[in-house]
Amino acid sequence: MTEAALISDTPRRATAMASAPARIALWLRRRIFASWRDALLSLVVVLILGAIAWTILPWALFKATWSAASRADCAPGGACWGFVAAKASQFIYGFYPPLERWRPDTVFALLIAGLTWLMVPRIPGKGYAGLFMMVVLPVVTFVLLHGGVAGLPVVPSDKWGGLLLTLILAVSGISFSLPFGALFALGRRSRMPLVRWLCIGFIEFCRGVPFITVLFMAIVMLPFFLPSGMKPDPLALAVAGIIFYEAAYMAEVVRGGLQALPKGQYEAAMAIGFGYWRTMLYIILPQAIRKVVPGIVNTTISLLKNTTLVMVVGLFDLLNIVSAGVADPLWVGSQAEGYFVVGLVFWLMSFGLSCYSRAIEGGFARADRA
Amino acid sequence: MGWVFQALLVVALAWVAHVAIGNLYDNLAARGLKLGFDFLWQEAGFEIAFHLVPYTSSDNYWRVFLVGITNTLLVTAVAIVFSTILGFTIGIAQLSGNWAVSRAARIYVEIVRNLPQLLHILIWYNVALRALPAPRVAIGVGDMVYLSNRGVFLPALTSDRPGLLVIAILIAVIAALALFRSLTSYAERTGRAVNAWLPSLAVLVLLPVLAVALTGTQVSVSLPQLKGFNFIGGWALVPELTALVFAMAIYNAAFIGELVRASIEAVSKGQREAAAALGFGWWWTLRFIVIPQAVRVLLPPLSNQYLNILKGSSLAVAIGYPDLVGVFTGISINQTGRAIEIVGMTMAVYLAISLLIGALINLFNHMTRIVER
Repeated sequence: MTEAALISDTPRRATAMASAPARIALWLRRRIFASWRDALLSLVVVLILGAIAWTILPWALFKATWSAASRADCAPGGACWGFVAAKASQFIYGFYPPLERWRPDTVFALLIAGLTWLMVPRIPGKGYAGLFMMVVLPVVTFVLLHGGVAGLPVVPSDKWGGLLLTLILAVSGISFSLPFGALFALGRRSRMPLVRWLCIGFIEFCRGVPFITVLFMAIVMLPFFLPSGMKPDPLALAVAGIIFYEAAYMAEVVRGGLQALPKGQYEAAMAIGFGYWRTMLYIILPQAIRKVVPGIVNTTISLLKNTTLVMVVGLFDLLNIVSAGVADPLWVGSQAEGYFVVGLVFWLMSFGLSCYSRAIEGGFARADRA
Repeated sequence: MGWVFQALLVVALAWVAHVAIGNLYDNLAARGLKLGFDFLWQEAGFEIAFHLVPYTSSDNYWRVFLVGITNTLLVTAVAIVFSTILGFTIGIAQLSGNWAVSRAARIYVEIVRNLPQLLHILIWYNVALRALPAPRVAIGVGDMVYLSNRGVFLPALTSDRPGLLVIAILIAVIAALALFRSLTSYAERTGRAVNAWLPSLAVLVLLPVLAVALTGTQVSVSLPQLKGFNFIGGWALVPELTALVFAMAIYNAAFIGELVRASIEAVSKGQREAAAALGFGWWWTLRFIVIPQAVRVLLPPLSNQYLNILKGSSLAVAIGYPDLVGVFTGISINQTGRAIEIVGMTMAVYLAISLLIGALINLFNHMTRIVER
């Protein structure tokens, strides 16, 4: 079937010269109705997709109730978007006090500015952008959100939640897991046996256990090893867990890039008198990381999806706060609407990232050809 | 220089370990706890809704540990089977010349893999399964299988000697595989056409039947039957397990589909053309040229994906399926307070399986590497 459709018996020129309807007919014949089996298969696929659309579209659009004060106001059989509208501010800010919400808003704005600076290729100063994301933004975010300085009231971290918390976890995880991952990857290839074995042990350990058990370790096991009376913040523990867990995966990705580099690069760097760190920082890592952009983005997407697991630690990220919202007696039975919104947000972020990675790769390929 | 750094590292690590262990003893003393595995022999005292090995609430924590491991392995194995079937279908469909089929497979992959696995699980548990009818009006498939919001009910094989049955089936599977392997290798060595399927299948079916007949074991099929508000008899898959299997199979199939697609695309076009030039048909090209080369590319990442399924099964805790994390790391820590031992044991189980599979992948890579002459 595959072979038959791929090998065309019609010369290309004839296709190019044919009129538009004829071209469409030809395309239909080759790609949809190549044989009676193909025609049947196409029909089945179209029917399945149609059935799915027929279930979801009326529910989400035609029969939906757009504004409601409680679940009772909503028509049965349709989505109850009033639930999402009523809980929207909670989904975005968690339990952050309404009067202080300009602070998370500022953080969102800074984050968007930083990401734009970092991700749009035409804007110069990527080194400063990285510095901004890794040093300035975390400090500013913490000071702004937590408060306690310059007359800002303190908002403890158990009040942070929703999309705000998901983004804090994801962005801090992403910004720090790549540099740590690169360090572990270098350590794994180090000539010092102790460093090498420590890095191998750490990486294989993290890759061998589920992320949930790392969170359990951070929350229930770690406090035993800290000075008594010291109560670490669950959010800080979760962030640390995400960074180190994902750094192990990043390390393996970066190692792939390091192994793909020809030895001549190391030798050339040595020949012009570069030491170890300068060789790595200016010659090796930039090339190695460029080679593994798809792997880095895949790890980033899995990190983003993994942030939902913090619910086992009792943090209210986007997914968990939606689950909590469903438990509200006014809105019982609104799971589908809530999950739909969570899914949409995660899908847009993940799909956006993978599209961005493809664009970057395309840019690299063009640059290499030029 | 390097030695100085490593010596400093040793000192630093030793210092951290010293401080941490000191803290540990202080904390344990403050809470009146001590380290050790004696708690494993204490009575657990709680019920577990679903277990493969016999369990009652008067069993000890070691039993809870075993129940957790078997439940984790069960959901992992079932999810692996279904996600592999679905994933191969999706992967091959993506390469189809049929536009509708390849587009649909592409859409599936792009939607499914960009959503968190936890969301998949919650949607199946809280939305999809709840939409199924109650047991009294369950969807029946030929009076044997019933789908309802209390779970899936399947016919079950019951026997007075279940151990013997399991061993007989295991031996039959191994014997059938060995026979199949030796017959195909005989066919390849001699060039003679040998039908390897029929004898292998015969061994697979006849051996257990023979074992049952010779030992006089009682075997019967128990069908699920509606009694009151629920089904009795048969094999009941609790809703948690059903939702978990659906969600994990669908989620991981998207990744397996991508791996299958990439591995088939990795076989260079020249190979197919050479096969065509030799007069190979579609099936022979696939069987002797494409699949052997694609498998070499596919198996290492596929085994990694299987490990991801094992690790992902720990999300079961979110919907209350009693897997290792849910029942041992969750409930048992709350009851005994033995966080260090229990988290350590849980991690050791996952780590041991991962390292074992990792070693097998390395062995496979070593065995199938291309030997250039």
